[in-house]
Amino acid sequence: MENIEARVKKIVAEQLGVNEAEVKIDSSFVDDLGADSLDTVELVMALEEEFECEIPDEEAEKITTVQQAVDYVTAHLNK
Amino acid sequence: MSLQGKVALVTGASRGIGAAIADTLAAAGAKVIGTATSDSGAAAIGERLAQWGGIGMVLNVGEDGAIDALIDTIAKEHGDVAILVNNAGITRDGLLMRMKDEDWDAIMDTNLKSVFKTSKAVMRGMMKARWGRIINIASVVGAMGNAGQANYAAAKAGIMGFTKSMAREVGSRGITVNCVAPGFIDTDMTRALPEAQREALVQQIALGRLGAAQDIADAVDFLASDRAAYVTGQTLHVNGGMLMP
Repeated sequence: MENIEARVKKIVAEQLGVNEAEVKIDSSFVDDLGADSLDTVELVMALEEEFECEIPDEEAEKITTVQQAVDYVTAHLNK
Repeated sequence: MSLQGKVALVTGASRGIGAAIADTLAAAGAKVIGTATSDSGAAAIGERLAQWGGIGMVLNVGEDGAIDALIDTIAKEHGDVAILVNNAGITRDGLLMRMKDEDWDAIMDTNLKSVFKTSKAVMRGMMKARWGRIINIASVVGAMGNAGQANYAAAKAGIMGFTKSMAREVGSRGITVNCVAPGFIDTDMTRALPEAQREALVQQIALGRLGAAQDIADAVDFLASDRAAYVTGQTLHVNGGMLMP
């Protein structure tokens, strides 16, 4: 399986319309990558689709950086 | 043919205003899916729309999961819905003092909750496409009230508030959300009124006549098109001057 971090970064770049090179592991979606509230909702939906999981709203709110997204997916894929 | 290639979903398309809307959008080039609550209704819509490549499908908006299932099916078979016209609606008229909870709930579920559910279901596709049109059929009654229609008026006014909120939420994605509020239109719904009441109604209309379903369809056609790209969160009143809000 392709590296989770790479897959997350690819989705983030696609959803937010930024260059993949700009997406760092510690990038914040809102502060660094210019996402608005709708972008973050779309991003979570895209992550759910890619990793075939459901991210509850209260968890989704806590995912604000690439690292947090990678951590969430890593923790929940292994279950 | 300004709507060429767009998938349009029109609920309650078997007769009256919904039928006129479905036909008009189809003639403008959209791939129209018209819904009815029965198999025979859906089949009749299919026959009518066939000349433009449109189809009829069954949708009972009150049924759990029915809306999501329909939107999924449409996406798989025809592509994401680009134009949504929430037209399906019912009446359960009666004076408030005698109105039953069931009459209230039925109207809220069918006329208001269904708008929330269909709009939510099509949102993802429209967000991805960065283009979308949601047109909700409200009513003059939602803006002016009508004795005997407290439930109906509340639902229609609710649609107008919903429309404004949604318009603000998704405007940045090229999606517009508007209402068309018909006045008294010559349909089965108004033909059921007693002659005396119809005449009294006409007295209140500046243009001195009931509207035609096509008058509403033309307004919807405009809002669906690129000509209305800068119109959102609005209620377009098509009522012959019966109410000038």
